[in-house]
Amino acid sequence: MTRAGPEPSPPTSPGTRPGPSPRTSAEPDTGTNPDAIPAADGTAPTDQAPAERPARNAPPGRFRALPWAGMARLTGRRLLAAVPVLALVTFGMFALAAASPFDPVRQYAGTAGRSASQETLDELRANLALDGPFTERWWQWLSHAVTGDLGESVSLRQPVAQVITERIGWSALLCLVAFVLALLLGTLLGVAAARRTGGALDRCVTGVAYVLQAAPPFWTGLLAVWLFALQLGVLPAGGLTDTGSDTVTVGGLLRHLALPAAVLALSQLPWFLLYVRQGVADALAEDPVRGARARGLGERTVLLGHALRSGLLPVLTLLGSRVPELITGALLIETVFSWPGIASATVEAATATDFPLLAALTVLATLAVLAGNLLADLLYGLADPRVDHQEM
Amino acid sequence: MRSRTVRTLAAGVTAAALLAGGAACSAPSEGGAGGATDSLTVGIAQEPDTLSPLLGYGKDGNSKIFDGLLRRDAKMNLKPALATELPEVSEDGRTYTFALREGVEFSDGSPFTARDVVFTYETILDKKTNNPNKGELDAVKSVNAKDKHTVVFELKYPYAAFAERTVLPIAAEEVAGKQDVNDGAYNTKPVGTGPYVLTNWRKGEKLSFKANPDYWGGAPEVRKFTMATVEDDDVRATRLRSGDLDGAILPPQLAQTFEKDEGKRTLAAKSSDFRAVTLPSGNDVTGDTAVRRALDLAVDREQMVRSILSGAGKPAYGPVPTDSEWFAEGTERRHDLKGAKRILDEAGWKPGADGIRAKDGQRAEFTLWYPAGDQIRQEHALAYADDVKKAGIKVTVKSGSWEVIDPRLAKDAVLAGGGSPADPDFDLYGLLHSELALDGYKNMSAYDNPAVDKALEKGRQSGDRDERERAYRTVQRELAKDPGYTFLTHIDHTYVMNDRWTGVSTQVEPHDHGLGFGPWWNVEDWRPKE
Repeated sequence: MTRAGPEPSPPTSPGTRPGPSPRTSAEPDTGTNPDAIPAADGTAPTDQAPAERPARNAPPGRFRALPWAGMARLTGRRLLAAVPVLALVTFGMFALAAASPFDPVRQYAGTAGRSASQETLDELRANLALDGPFTERWWQWLSHAVTGDLGESVSLRQPVAQVITERIGWSALLCLVAFVLALLLGTLLGVAAARRTGGALDRCVTGVAYVLQAAPPFWTGLLAVWLFALQLGVLPAGGLTDTGSDTVTVGGLLRHLALPAAVLALSQLPWFLLYVRQGVADALAEDPVRGARARGLGERTVLLGHALRSGLLPVLTLLGSRVPELITGALLIETVFSWPGIASATVEAATATDFPLLAALTVLATLAVLAGNLLADLLYGLADPRVDHQEM
Repeated sequence: MRSRTVRTLAAGVTAAALLAGGAACSAPSEGGAGGATDSLTVGIAQEPDTLSPLLGYGKDGNSKIFDGLLRRDAKMNLKPALATELPEVSEDGRTYTFALREGVEFSDGSPFTARDVVFTYETILDKKTNNPNKGELDAVKSVNAKDKHTVVFELKYPYAAFAERTVLPIAAEEVAGKQDVNDGAYNTKPVGTGPYVLTNWRKGEKLSFKANPDYWGGAPEVRKFTMATVEDDDVRATRLRSGDLDGAILPPQLAQTFEKDEGKRTLAAKSSDFRAVTLPSGNDVTGDTAVRRALDLAVDREQMVRSILSGAGKPAYGPVPTDSEWFAEGTERRHDLKGAKRILDEAGWKPGADGIRAKDGQRAEFTLWYPAGDQIRQEHALAYADDVKKAGIKVTVKSGSWEVIDPRLAKDAVLAGGGSPADPDFDLYGLLHSELALDGYKNMSAYDNPAVDKALEKGRQSGDRDERERAYRTVQRELAKDPGYTFLTHIDHTYVMNDRWTGVSTQVEPHDHGLGFGPWWNVEDWRPKE
């Protein structure tokens, strides 16, 4: 499995973690110093004494008002920063694709190209407008893209916008369901395991998590197909609907989504699980928890209200950095389960050096990563009172 | 603490239930392929790039959505389709006249006329059209509609095999003519005259068709036809076994695992899909006729068929399969290692200390490339290197993408594949005629034999069947004397399917067997079994 971006450092005590989350490689230093941006209005607290904020270990029932202004400003700053990032990333993509050993003409011609004459191949090259330096092609693409014209996908013989709109919904559904599933399961199992580190459940869960982490998703996928579709016959082996029918019904969709989403969730689960387990186990040994216990609070309140709350902080960081991993995983899963999402288009676009499609997909993936980071930072600011959105 | 253990256990059980719940919230599959005989669901390995005939879809016939002017029957004989009869060919072999069927409509209700035929051929031949197969229509000079139901093709040169090309599907000018040919909607939403109408194409998942109730040839009895795209062979086999698919293409090893299944049939379609080693004339070793002949005798083709293809194939001695009516009897070469050594000895290739032969300081060694990732070709290449080493010729096997292999074609050997069963001209001319030496992927050996050139031209131009047969016999005999390629095997394509219909057969399949081939090539003619 490939990992995009630097991995977050292993969780230690959350108390030692400095402000914002680690950033992924897709987010460059844009040169804007967040500190330099003045507070837009007088409501921004100038006094950052923690006393003004609710205590870190406040009981979960007490919510403070959400800092909308701070969150909006952070989002705005990130949006602005995304512009040069996207320009850079697409530039890099065009450069990489130009350096790729794959020849778009051969890829376009496919097996037919194996018996084509030189004249036909030359004609194709001229028609596909593949001459000229990649910088020129990038600029052309960019100037069209800002007007909303994403161009035509050469390899799929379709406009790029159509390729994406046809598929993205299915991919988003799969990723979202899997992500939520992994998050919930990871938290649940992580807390359960952390309650008694070294216990039977902990050893069992941790062991399985390591095995799952090591198992390639497509292998898990094949195994799931074998078990649920072939041996037990309870779930369909692939596709969006029964192979013989065309209409997508809610029930049918759920049944077809179950396996791919479960497998994708399983591939994401170990990280969340292990981080939650570590975070909660560490927190359980800390003073606030001891204090809470000493005050006679119920085990439930201590575990969920105190230990989990601080133990979840590193997990929030993971939310953002796991997005690229999720996309890579979805790529394999979609292939195994014939899921009509964006993954197969990505593979095709990459091997066929289909510039316009590749560029659009790269932008999408970059946006997903940036959005994941933003979400992580927003949540982090909400969850940890020591962190201020203004400072990110 | 007992209570804690219990709670831990409970948490574990909850989690496990959640896991299973995500997977089990459903009844068993009601099954697309549940047993109805008026619907058919098959698994294919690769979906087409396009469904527009203008970009090459269905060029070899059986396109389901479209019809050609002609079509081929189970025995590969040409039959009229959108034409009312086989074309009238002029005395000089350069004018083909087709009378068209009247009253045929496209699935959108617009009438089919000669204009659609002219539009289809002219668009394909247009320089701006990105159709990589357009070279196959190289002979066409002009297409004209003589009247509403007559089309006349003028050719650049007399071309006996031209009628075989007119199985090409005819597109609707009314629809396709208004769009960009290269990326218009016609590529995904085709409109044709064929026995089936495309209802849905979810790319990466499946193509769905329904029977065309107004088909001029009669409405098909298999009313619903679905082709699921399943790239992985194992997944496809699994889905076939689970009943999700009615049939699938499978490699021979996997197909064998279904042999004992009740109600399933295994079909091996014969093909002209060959694998061969190119022997470039520009290389001092592979260009030497003695070496070529020795290589030809040193390879054990029978063994390759047994071990690499699990018996699903035949030894190949040229592009023409041994069971074709065009095959020149007597050109089979048996595995004869001693004979190979003798030829090399006589030609002055003497074994060196390491067993590798040499002549005038030139060691008998060359490089053989195969396209990376192609397992069948890899196994052929390795077996080839093994076999010829016994005769004292060293072959270094390397893999690379075509981009890597391409610039080396003139000097290095490559494990090539190809084959088109319709007419011997299609393969032989491109592979062997000297004017096409190293032109794209034609004649990769730069084979140059004046006798062969002459016979190829005669075969191409003569309208007389006997004369053509004689010409192609000459070509094959010359090729046996100077084998510019070592032909290894013809590969059968194996399919497994439920045995619930009559009329199921296979055609002789080409190398490039898209979704038109397989047992379902004529699904429109199937009848449910009682």
